[in-house]
Amino acid sequence: MKFRSVFDIIGPVMIGPSSSHTAGAARIGRVARHLFGREPKAITVSLYGSFARTYKGHGTDVALIGGVLDFDTYDERIVNALTIAKEKKIKVRFTEEDAITDHPNTARIHLSDEKGELELVGISIGGGKIEVIELNGFALGLSGNSPAILVVHNDRFGAIAGVSNTLAKHEINIGHMNVSRKEKGKEALMTIEVDQNIPQIVLDEVESLPNIIQVAKISD
Amino acid sequence: MFRNVAELVELAQSKNKPISEIMIEQEMDFRGSTREEVYNQMKNNLVVMEQAVERGITEDVRSHSGLTGGDAVLLQDYMKSGNSLSGHTMLDAVSKAIATNEVNAAMGTICATPTAGSAGVVPGTLFAIREKVNPTEEQMVRYLFTSGAFGFVVANNASISGAAGGCQAEVGSATGMAAAAIVELMGGTPEQSSHAFAIALKNMLGLVCDPVAGLVEVPCVKRNAMGASNALVAADMSLAGITSRIPCDEVIDAMYKIGQTMPSALRETAQGGLAATPTGRELEAKIFGVSLDRK
Repeated sequence: MKFRSVFDIIGPVMIGPSSSHTAGAARIGRVARHLFGREPKAITVSLYGSFARTYKGHGTDVALIGGVLDFDTYDERIVNALTIAKEKKIKVRFTEEDAITDHPNTARIHLSDEKGELELVGISIGGGKIEVIELNGFALGLSGNSPAILVVHNDRFGAIAGVSNTLAKHEINIGHMNVSRKEKGKEALMTIEVDQNIPQIVLDEVESLPNIIQVAKISD
Repeated sequence: MFRNVAELVELAQSKNKPISEIMIEQEMDFRGSTREEVYNQMKNNLVVMEQAVERGITEDVRSHSGLTGGDAVLLQDYMKSGNSLSGHTMLDAVSKAIATNEVNAAMGTICATPTAGSAGVVPGTLFAIREKVNPTEEQMVRYLFTSGAFGFVVANNASISGAAGGCQAEVGSATGMAAAAIVELMGGTPEQSSHAFAIALKNMLGLVCDPVAGLVEVPCVKRNAMGASNALVAADMSLAGITSRIPCDEVIDAMYKIGQTMPSALRETAQGGLAATPTGRELEAKIFGVSLDRK
């Protein structure tokens, strides 16, 4: 079942006009922000498909930047997100891409500052639900059917066990888990789909474990 | 957990509980939350809906594109003349549905029910009925759980996305959800709710998603208006004892199959229908500042 909660149907509370082009866009931006872990100095967004063609009318641009500024779907500051970013001296750039993507509502977000960078590709699949399909070049195979978390970690022994033990302690069952790395001993990524919503307190606990760099929730 | 409307009705009947209660219990189970947490989250959604309706019927709300705004106020003023043909509750529901979608188009705050483009029908009907029968807060919160229960079945067995299934999947679903919830609030049985849903959705089958310039404005705002009126009529018919000859789940399945065979030009791509009319194209060119021959 793709929709599991009544609040997927009656909700989200959001700034209009489109659950896919506005609320979904804000959620994609916010996941990028949470994985980056801080406010970036520069944001570059590449828009594809329907996002590229209708983003101005739908406020997809302000919603994406609002998300990166850590605004939730209902935060009224979304409307002024571009101005707020400018005031914060964050460099923002949008490009409209002609390339055909698998999903019509696709955005590629690149965040950076002097300490690092992050690149994420997200798609908005309807009703405000999103999927992240790529992170820093890692392809992610999230079904979108279950709540999921992404854990960026150092490729060291015990990192995976620590995360799964923490979830087990809170009686959260893992339905699907994928671990990928680009190089032995460097940065790696866990993609974990679970059976129920994960409370923030559990995410905080996972983030405090050794060798864990960032944690973000994809959907609930 | 119920997988279709037949199971939902059966659960409600066997437990002798309203559909809203079945939805609340399932949500508590899914989230591992208390009744209070689940109830309060829905109450918050109700507050957002009420604020959007109030804003839409009292303020001069205009969208960025200039395509929509101000119609909810026009209708409220017209109702005061006392000359309306379709009656106060009907027009109140219609104007409050329009109000919600005008606020949505103007980048105001709304609650998606089940999507932003179809967010007017459920609150529009609810706040019109409030004027008429003065329900308790709990009855109003339950209205949303009953709507949600039906939407939940549609989302999982068919679709609530215009890009996937056309407007019948968005405003059509919202209309059925509202009709079912009206029935429960007015004291009807779970079975009558399912008939109201079926009657409402049957009359939305085949409705295409053809938004001008791809924006959630024309014709979306007015389709929510008609959805609200359709929901009230379907609920009244069901409460009168009229039943749907085609069972609810089969109507939902028919909607899904119609959506699958709908051409892509009529599924939220702004390539066909009203979006492709000469005026639709002209508006699109004006809004995005592009020449018509590019399309």
